[in-house]
Amino acid sequence: MCVLMTPLAITAYTASSAIGSGLAAQLETLRQARSRLRPNDFSRVPLACWIGRVDGVEDVHLPSTLAAWECRNNRLAWLGLNQDGFLARVQAARERYGASRIAVLLGTSTASIGATEEAYRRLDADGGFADDMLRSAIHAPHSLAAFVTAALELEGPCLTVSTACSSSAKVFANAERMIRLGLVDAAVVGGVDTLCDSVLFGFNALELVSSERCRPFDAKRNGISIGEAAGFALLERIETAPDAPRLLGYGEASDAHHMSTPHPEGVGAELALRDALARAGIEAAQVGYINLHGTGTAKNDEVEAAMVSRVFPASTRASSTKGFTGHTLGASGIVEATIALQAIEHGFIPGNLGGDTPDPLCGPQFAWRNEQQRVDVALSNSFGFGGNNACLAFARSGFSV
Amino acid sequence: MSALRVCVEGIGLWSPQLANFGTLQALLAGGTPEPPPPRPAATTLPANERRRAPESVLLAVEVAGQAVAMSGRNAATLACVFASSQGDQEITDYMCATLARAPGELSPTRFHNSVHNAPAGYWTIATDCQAPSTAVCAQRASFGAGLLEAASQVLAEQRPVLLVCSDTSGRGPMLEITGCTLSLGCALVLAPQVSAATIAQLALTLTPDRTTVSLPQPLADWQQANASGAAWSLLALLARGHGSCQVDAAAKLRLQIDMGSIA
Repeated sequence: MCVLMTPLAITAYTASSAIGSGLAAQLETLRQARSRLRPNDFSRVPLACWIGRVDGVEDVHLPSTLAAWECRNNRLAWLGLNQDGFLARVQAARERYGASRIAVLLGTSTASIGATEEAYRRLDADGGFADDMLRSAIHAPHSLAAFVTAALELEGPCLTVSTACSSSAKVFANAERMIRLGLVDAAVVGGVDTLCDSVLFGFNALELVSSERCRPFDAKRNGISIGEAAGFALLERIETAPDAPRLLGYGEASDAHHMSTPHPEGVGAELALRDALARAGIEAAQVGYINLHGTGTAKNDEVEAAMVSRVFPASTRASSTKGFTGHTLGASGIVEATIALQAIEHGFIPGNLGGDTPDPLCGPQFAWRNEQQRVDVALSNSFGFGGNNACLAFARSGFSV
Repeated sequence: MSALRVCVEGIGLWSPQLANFGTLQALLAGGTPEPPPPRPAATTLPANERRRAPESVLLAVEVAGQAVAMSGRNAATLACVFASSQGDQEITDYMCATLARAPGELSPTRFHNSVHNAPAGYWTIATDCQAPSTAVCAQRASFGAGLLEAASQVLAEQRPVLLVCSDTSGRGPMLEITGCTLSLGCALVLAPQVSAATIAQLALTLTPDRTTVSLPQPLADWQQANASGAAWSLLALLARGHGSCQVDAAAKLRLQIDMGSIA
């Protein structure tokens, strides 16, 4: 069905999570092999778990012109946009292409629902929202993408993808289609999710939250640690930036199995993976590194480990980095895409933190400790509730199949 | 950009006043169609799922089922785009109220039904669809932005795509925020090529220029009463069978929709 994709240039990218704001901090924490998860100090009511909290979000203030967008999620978005020179790169693209020729396509699972939760905690005597909370734009899942579009002064297509934990991976596919069809010349992709009671108590109710630091692919893993993050990338045609790293392919598929557990044979996950390899025009053996979804739940990791064993040779290295960041939900796709891009840029494969007693299901592909080796092609897996699967393929500049 | 040209093969519609697209045509022809039962039938779902599914899922699945049936396509192979401005407003109200009162009492089922892609999840499970599925939103531009995304998939991948755009009515304090007083679901099956199933051809163009085509009553009022209300503009165009309309695609971008004759 799918055809070989013309690669796109990734002319800027950035991520901010518990392991640091900006790419340099992220790489340094990964190199130190130290988790930045901390005991839950976020929820209003005690909940015994570990979280990946971004330091300083409370101290971020939006520019006065954007004050109507104030909420934790948009503050984290603004913090993220201000790293790694990202704002300046988008501004240059805006001057080059025009504001209407750049799309904003962002993933989030809960956007600024934390602000809606707050509004419900302090309703007026008449049962309505307090005056300072009567801001309809932040009480909708599109809050993030609409805010970022306003902050970047862009006027092109603007869409939120909200497919739970695959959200900010799938936006790369939306961008590729729009650029290919000539609807736009560039796209800002990425995603932001922030800690909020909805996800902390929601995943807790589903008994998917570990009371300890999450341990992806460990034999004794017992759930996720929820984190928050912001990440962005700027995609353009490769002619404009032949030296930039590349989006080589993407894959999307549905499990058609269950709302909150993955297909036992990983059918949708493997369809997405095969779709990404086919678009990229590569064989599995050409993949140097896979950043796995690896959440730390019993079922996800079991299904994903089996798929890695089934598809890849031992020379393909694989790890989950959620032991560092926590599961940043709708933002995990972009955060892990930036880690895959850093693997290519720095020849650095992050070890699978938390896997001290590896599940015997895991094959020789797993990198349990940090490794240094050249990576030409890296994949990132993202799987969401509702059986929604995505896989991204990246390559260094000049890579040709 | 050149226009995105797609073919419509199926249309689904559900609102508290209209049970399907046929009843809209009847209404616009001067008839007074019988309103549907208050709960969308959503017969594509197995009976046990239908009992458990939240209102947003029933609404989306109902119109998706109508559109796919009209197209004659196999739902299992259709890529799908589910757009909704607000998701399930009844669940949002329940979750925020419960979290404010007693967070530890949050229902796990209501939580997993709260994800924006719940309708896409229930639909793909019920139809055994392993094709790509997505869930999107763009505030009051959700219909136009969803249509643009669906048309992009149709043309970039040269495959038929199911588009669903739906919003339930608001509850509790959120009603003041969302302004959704009437539910509305709309679905289209879009294809890249003309076939025996083609009902209409649409040419879609992005433009910053706003031209307003006024809707007849009661559609104009219904349009205001739902965050996906822009769908009424295209539904009315499809019922009329010729002409043009515009819908918001983003804050400063419009989607011009011109209906062509079937060549």
